[in-house]
Amino acid sequence: MQVSHPSHSVNNPDAARLDFLLVADMVAPGSRVLDIGCGDGSLLALLRDRKNVDGRGIEISREGVNACLAKGLPVIQGDADTDLADYPDDAFDYVILSQTIQATRQPKVVLEQLLRIGRRAIVSFPNFGHWRVRLELLLGGRMPVTENMPYTWHDTPNIHFCTIRDFVELCREVGARMDKAAALDAGGHPVRVVLPWWIWNLLGEQGVFLLTRAKD
Amino acid sequence: MSSMSSAFQTPESRSQIDDPSSLVARFGADEPLALDAGTPLGPWQIAYQTYGTLNADRSNAVLICHALTGDQHVANVSPITGKPGWWTTMVGPGRPVDTDRFFVICTNVIGGCMGTTGPASTDPRTGQPYALDFPVITIRDMVRAQAALIDRLGIESLFCVIGGSMGGMQVLQWAASYPERVFAALPIAAAARHSAQNIAFHEVGRQAVMADPDWRGGRYLIEGTKPTKGLAVARMGAHITYLSEMALHRKFGRNYQDRSAPTFSFDADFQIESYLRYQGLSFVERFDANSYLYVTRAMDYFDLAAEHEGSLARAFKGSATRFCVISFTSDWLFPTSDSRAIVHALNAAAASVGFVEIDSDKGHDAFLLDEPEMFAAARGFIDAAARVRGIA
Repeated sequence: MQVSHPSHSVNNPDAARLDFLLVADMVAPGSRVLDIGCGDGSLLALLRDRKNVDGRGIEISREGVNACLAKGLPVIQGDADTDLADYPDDAFDYVILSQTIQATRQPKVVLEQLLRIGRRAIVSFPNFGHWRVRLELLLGGRMPVTENMPYTWHDTPNIHFCTIRDFVELCREVGARMDKAAALDAGGHPVRVVLPWWIWNLLGEQGVFLLTRAKD
Repeated sequence: MSSMSSAFQTPESRSQIDDPSSLVARFGADEPLALDAGTPLGPWQIAYQTYGTLNADRSNAVLICHALTGDQHVANVSPITGKPGWWTTMVGPGRPVDTDRFFVICTNVIGGCMGTTGPASTDPRTGQPYALDFPVITIRDMVRAQAALIDRLGIESLFCVIGGSMGGMQVLQWAASYPERVFAALPIAAAARHSAQNIAFHEVGRQAVMADPDWRGGRYLIEGTKPTKGLAVARMGAHITYLSEMALHRKFGRNYQDRSAPTFSFDADFQIESYLRYQGLSFVERFDANSYLYVTRAMDYFDLAAEHEGSLARAFKGSATRFCVISFTSDWLFPTSDSRAIVHALNAAAASVGFVEIDSDKGHDAFLLDEPEMFAAARGFIDAAARVRGIA
């Protein structure tokens, strides 16, 4: 599994920060958080500094892990597809999977693991149902390559793209309750239109979900 | 191998055992060292080196733990070999373990032969070397001895405990035995227990020593002999396990040593043979054969989970220590899976742990070599921990 970050977070750091701030808003102060695919630890550092969070991370790249260690963040080099099974039940208050689920081999298993390890899960992902993606496929007839999804179909870590509606369906399948949901536009701002889902699915470049185990 | 000298028994090197050229803390018969084997050891002594200055808060002390055949001379020229310290890439001014900022302590382990009490030390009851009358020691005994020294130095808690291989075992033991005295822990290329395969390699080495007629049932120092051949063979075998097939191939391949064709004899035709013979020869000049038996035995017995009802996570339960675990891709002696087992246990114990696997083809020995990614990880971890601890 590889972790890709949408290019707009590189091109537009403010957008990334808005994305992180939205996630940070979903996290209660002082809680225990695991960030899977934590990159250079920016979100974990934000959560530690602003929310007094006791954070842990998993990151696949050595460069990312070293950047995290230098920030004083306890991050282990690892893989969401294989390493989550080793964590005990209810080890964290929140498990965050940011811009990573589309790059896992088994998204459903990973989501189930998130909800086992954490009381709550926060999942964000690029929305394959966004109108720009649809338009490119409809008119161009080729796999979309957008600012948000910059890879060609044959050379991409993102092997399991989904739409916001697909994800909502997966949540139902694994018994996850959606406590909060947001669709973000290209600038990282929440789409200021309320449900139905098809609106978000069309206008959201990213989906962000706060999930709880339904049985709790 | 017939030309091996007996430098170890020259007055200069023999003297390193009871009166080493380093600092020594001596503990009388009234301050015995408790041992896992039962009978306390006393009087006893521990040889050590220090670098840098202990700050006013006594909060900047770093303990470096050496591996199987290491010693306390981590960052100074060895008085025995005349070579630079064994980890000058990691420890020194401006290095990840910066001796301009930290007060660095490195001890010789109990059972060793560089000034800390071991089988070659003089048994005060007989006036002769202990030889096999020395009690079998464990990694926990080594750590107890270090803790006694830290007490004597007036240091309440260590900022960081660092070590590779057997040194990493000591790091883990420190964190488990004295969690409140270890602020940060950095075990490198280590394991929480010695594997069956590693015990097997050690047993081959020990049998090589004991099969040497000059070993004399361990009484070679008393009888004036030296089991150089056995110890050299033990070292040759062990040395292979410290490397990797790729590193051996890259360094030696099937190249001949000073010849262009095989001699159809048992000479060292191949470079790798010549290299191993040299490794064996130079090792016996600086290391005591009985110490080799005792220290390998201590590693064999190491199983941190066994002390905690079989649960490694329990060994670290409630620990406030910050851990950073490092492994190497080509290390087959202490493979990454061993480090991951440590990480999983620390996660299960809700401890603070970072982990990184360094890409290297140099095998287990990589931790002693120039591995920039290892230094970067160690420096990042140590500097961040120092900020939290308030060390300038």
